[in-house]
Amino acid sequence: MTLARATGLILAKELRTEFRSRELLGTTVVFVLIVVVLFSFTFNPTSSESRRFGPGLLWLAFLFAGSLMLQSSFLREQTNDTLAALRLAPIDPFSILAGKMAANFLFLLLVEVILLPVFAVLYNVAILPVLGSLLLVFALGTIGLAATGTVFSAVAAQARLRELLLPLLLLPVLAPVLIASTEATVGVLRDPSELSLVWLTFLACFDVVFLTAAWMVGEYLLEE
Amino acid sequence: MANGAQSGAATPAVISVPSVAAVFLLLGAASYGALIWAPTESTMGLVQRIFYFHVSSAWSGFISFILVFIGSVAYLRTRALKWDWLSVASAEVGVAFFTIVLVTGPIWAKPVWGIWWTWDARLTSSFLLWVLFVSYLVLRTLVDEPERRAMVSAVFGIFAALDIPLVYFSIWWFRTQHPQPVIGDGGSLDARMGWVLLLCWVATLGVMTLLIRLRYRLEALRSEVDAVRLAASRSS
Repeated sequence: MTLARATGLILAKELRTEFRSRELLGTTVVFVLIVVVLFSFTFNPTSSESRRFGPGLLWLAFLFAGSLMLQSSFLREQTNDTLAALRLAPIDPFSILAGKMAANFLFLLLVEVILLPVFAVLYNVAILPVLGSLLLVFALGTIGLAATGTVFSAVAAQARLRELLLPLLLLPVLAPVLIASTEATVGVLRDPSELSLVWLTFLACFDVVFLTAAWMVGEYLLEE
Repeated sequence: MANGAQSGAATPAVISVPSVAAVFLLLGAASYGALIWAPTESTMGLVQRIFYFHVSSAWSGFISFILVFIGSVAYLRTRALKWDWLSVASAEVGVAFFTIVLVTGPIWAKPVWGIWWTWDARLTSSFLLWVLFVSYLVLRTLVDEPERRAMVSAVFGIFAALDIPLVYFSIWWFRTQHPQPVIGDGGSLDARMGWVLLLCWVATLGVMTLLIRLRYRLEALRSEVDAVRLAASRSS
């Protein structure tokens, strides 16, 4: 079986599991919402202030959400030891990781897209004219978040205190993503809007570096 | 020794007295150079002398983190636990050096800049680097089984090391308005200052090697004790 097909099957399985219960997505959306509301108490959310601080707090909320949401990616498999079953399948072990990464990417992006209009309304930021550029920034930032997050979720699943450990591992590594995505989003929301090529290229580099690294270490990570 | 074959290395010998003495001599000479022989900097005054150990600690800490990367990659390729010992030893020593950097930096900054800390590119990146490898050490304490611990920490060690250049570039572009480093464009520096900095670096490299070897040996002994315990519990 080719890598692409195996990855597709794992992705389909992840999506099916999630959309049967929908508990993960719903909970994460509410979590980000709470964070966004709480952040509004830390500064005066007028329009100009929001343009300055809004993107940063939004990305920080996404990072927190990712570090909580991605826990379940590998924990879910432990309940019935289904990871062992997946490992027995005659497929490239990396496809398990890649399928989960793709699924996590879609989940996170969906959460972000659901929350974007809420954020725009609450913080009085006009997003419709710049929706395309905004989604591009979100997609590039979320690839990096999903790639590192999925790998670290597999790492943390093998340790004690895993709920606390995953944010501890993930957040410092994601600091460059936070900076680049925030700066890119600030640029897009600025008046006049501009799409910063430097930060987009940087995000793409981050994604390539860590996708490659995940591909290199993937087989070790999943062995028993 | 049951453990020797599995770990791929015999327990290293105790550090020899001459090598310890040599490192202490170097440290003494470096301290003399930094505190007495080097001329006092004209604008910053005496406090600038902390700079020699500050910078050389940062360089040595950096090399320790590169050793973590090398050890992690080599462990994944060979599965010999000795590479994991190298990684943990280097990570601890690197964190210790960066702790020195983060403590001596503010001591220098307070009289010269008037504040303990500024969110400048270098400071922020060093701080983040320190946090990254503290996370690495925390991860190690939370996995008990040696092979599994070696594997997950090797993966995280590689990711953390790959993150270093990205951290630097992102923070650099983010904070470009901040002061550029004083060293490097050397021109106006007294030659003695350069020599003292080099001597300090050699001395901290000596301390680094010594500590990594000691820590490596400790890890090797721990692993041996674990193997003996396991064998004992099986036979009883």
